[in-house]
Amino acid sequence: MPVNILMPALSPTMTEGKLAKWTVQEGDEVTSGDVIAEIETDKATMEVEAVDEGVIGKIMISEGTEGVAVNSVIAVLLEEGETANDIGEVSADAPAPAPKVEEKSEAKEAQASSTAPAVATPSPAPVAASGERVFASPLARRMADQNGLKLEQVTGTGPRGRIVKADIEKAVKEGVKAPAPATAKSGGSMPAGVDSRAQADALGQPYEFEAANGVRQVIANRLLESKQTVPHFYLTVDCELDALLKLRSQVNKDEEGYKVSVNDFIIRAVAKSLRDVPAANASWAGDGILNYTDVDVSVAVASENGLITPIVKKADEKSLTTISKEMKDLAGRAREGKLAPHEFQGGGFTISNLGMFGIKTFSAIINPPQSCILAVGAGEQRAVVKNGELAIATVMSVTLSVDHRSVDGAVGAEFLAAFKKYIEAPAKILA
Amino acid sequence: MSKQYDVVVIGAGPGGYVAAIRAAQLGLKTAVVERQHLGGICLNWGCIPTKALLRSSEIHHLLHHLDEFGFSADNIKFDLKKIVERSRGVAKQLSGGIGHLMKKNKIDVIWGNASLKGKGSFEVDNEGKKEAYSAKHIILATGARARELPHLKANGKTIITYKEAMTPETMPKNLLVIGSGAIGIEFASFYQNMGAQVTVVEMQDRVMPVEDKEISAFAEKQFLKQGMKIVKSASVEKLEEGKGLVKATIDIKGKKEVQEFDRVILAIGIVGNTENIGLENTKIKTDRGHIVVNQWLETDEKGVYAIGDVVGAPWLAHKASHEAIICVEKLAGLNDVHPLNTSNIPGCTYCRPQVASVGLTEEKAKEAGYKIKVGRFPFIGNGKAIAMGEAEGLVKTVFDEKTGELLGAHMIGAEVTEMIQGFGVAKSLETTELDLMHTVFPHPTLSEMMHESVLDAYGKVIHM
Repeated sequence: MPVNILMPALSPTMTEGKLAKWTVQEGDEVTSGDVIAEIETDKATMEVEAVDEGVIGKIMISEGTEGVAVNSVIAVLLEEGETANDIGEVSADAPAPAPKVEEKSEAKEAQASSTAPAVATPSPAPVAASGERVFASPLARRMADQNGLKLEQVTGTGPRGRIVKADIEKAVKEGVKAPAPATAKSGGSMPAGVDSRAQADALGQPYEFEAANGVRQVIANRLLESKQTVPHFYLTVDCELDALLKLRSQVNKDEEGYKVSVNDFIIRAVAKSLRDVPAANASWAGDGILNYTDVDVSVAVASENGLITPIVKKADEKSLTTISKEMKDLAGRAREGKLAPHEFQGGGFTISNLGMFGIKTFSAIINPPQSCILAVGAGEQRAVVKNGELAIATVMSVTLSVDHRSVDGAVGAEFLAAFKKYIEAPAKILA
Repeated sequence: MSKQYDVVVIGAGPGGYVAAIRAAQLGLKTAVVERQHLGGICLNWGCIPTKALLRSSEIHHLLHHLDEFGFSADNIKFDLKKIVERSRGVAKQLSGGIGHLMKKNKIDVIWGNASLKGKGSFEVDNEGKKEAYSAKHIILATGARARELPHLKANGKTIITYKEAMTPETMPKNLLVIGSGAIGIEFASFYQNMGAQVTVVEMQDRVMPVEDKEISAFAEKQFLKQGMKIVKSASVEKLEEGKGLVKATIDIKGKKEVQEFDRVILAIGIVGNTENIGLENTKIKTDRGHIVVNQWLETDEKGVYAIGDVVGAPWLAHKASHEAIICVEKLAGLNDVHPLNTSNIPGCTYCRPQVASVGLTEEKAKEAGYKIKVGRFPFIGNGKAIAMGEAEGLVKTVFDEKTGELLGAHMIGAEVTEMIQGFGVAKSLETTELDLMHTVFPHPTLSEMMHESVLDAYGKVIHM
């Protein structure tokens, strides 16, 4: 049967592109790997290679056509023994199969994204996995709830894999080990390449095994899913901190026996920036974007069990000291593992601050289904150029990781500009 | 060459024949070895024929309470021979039915005594005619028999066990039943209802000691009302046979008492049939008269399995049948096979009033460390029970306060043996109290009491 050659998606956000040039003509024989066309987007030009062997039966889209929708048929490839008469069998609007072409890019960014799985198949919304029905007995559901376990983390051993009481008891006793079938489908947490345990065992490399607890398993599943399915890009900006530090020491002088931290200022600055640039406070929902109307800021806290992100809710409506006190309480309880689910589930934007460890800059992995995470580095004295002269300033570099499906580069940049404005003119933070 | 099978089941009781049928259904070449009768004790000398007898005694009871229902009759008599004949007829009919099931499923029935020879081979001795067989999988389902003790031995006439007890030629006048477990109390109930004076001796401080204490106490009250004598915390030390009479020396808390009876039924437990089946030729281990198996009913000998009474308590036909299915499906390599959860096996005793239970008693639940919620509903509060003239009984439920798990259900009264499965389903599905509360029970039925008992545990009972 003739094979449809489809318009490839060169990046996850691409919906259409220009068919710049055909390098083959109808009737040409092609083999796998032959360049057959060039496609242009706003960002790059790339070559389209044939994947199958055959003869170009018909070119459906002529050279120079703009606005060609992704997955539309651009040409038909005839296999051995087939003639142009067979083409009729191919339905032009057949459901898009896996693209039959591979792209080779000259532009770096596009090349990187062409290897991402998101290009081959439309990526599911990261939350979709949890929407699948999990079979569990009423008793198991209640016990999971009482023990703060998510059913998705528990392996069922009852009839047809139903989660039963014994499974919850085991999970409580031994910690959650196996990834839930639902998350396994969307990537799972097993390393796809080298099995670390098998290799260490084979090489006799000594190690101590620590079974994953619930938090660790969630981190493994969620962040793997994030890095594999969310098209990240990164924006970095330097913020001068001197004014903020000065203000902070003033505030702390006024507040007897209570200290507001730089991080509290950052939370407040993020909250205000999200009010100014609400498009950064969003989630990709598969067929659209959720724009959150509350400004709920998640703050990454390291606990013994692993990373957890308590949420300062409606942070834009709270004063600096309220945020500070709330954060102190949340962080304290987060470290003790005493947060209620509603205190760490949700949020629209995350802050991850490793400044206290002296980290200069880093790129954080997006906390799905949120679109942005701000990685905050240390405030340090650096040489800066001001008005053409060298000067010393306390500078903090921050890097925003952004989900390009929902937030574009300009929006991210706009957000960072707002953030920088608040940090460098901190009186506005207090307002 | 010996004849070869995929699966051979030794013993054709409710464990064995079910195992054979399931194996045949799965396309395995199957045979069953039986020394006496298809259907085993259950069908021939246990569950089924006693239910036939108890039906007769129930009718006897009703005939003597006709006035309550607006009837009158004179000269009410019974023919013991006919009652026993009917019971035997029922057993025969069902045993024949098993024969048809074997044929229908193309299962070979090998008659004789089987003895394991190791490595998947065994020999069947049919009255001296010996034949060798081999099978990939051998399932031992040899059952159990009545226990006797050195000082308590049956003579088959005045001192008897279940078999003679269900085929009496004459009615005893003054009957002693030793042991008040399910078997003892069913015979005691039958004979008492048929007009004999029955004395039950029980070692523990209550009748039916495996049941919930409250149920035991309720049952005892009913038995005493029927005229039964019950001697608790007592043991029979000696049985002396005299002329048609048996002198029993009963030790009641250290005080010895001699009483005379014209018949004695021994119901002091059962022991597994582990002898003469060639266990010594295998690695199979036994523990206190029962074969040791794992959760998949596998013995220590590869390819040999054991199910039912021979692997131990609870000695119930439905437990044997269920083990049979698990064992066969597992050995056949089926997925989705699950070990038996013994706390979900109901137990039924067909005395009058009937007793049925599943799961933990109140006492056992507390011992296990549960903080519990207990619900009760009496038959006197149920319309159907009163209409039936069966207003005496109780439905009790035990829940784990923390999780709402139904830990146990205990019932006494009319038809409770037909109702307990409702709680069995609930337990198997792991429902919580909420699911039971949300279930609509039909009116007017006895089953409404199950609902009310659950509601009572949570302070929401309606009709009380």
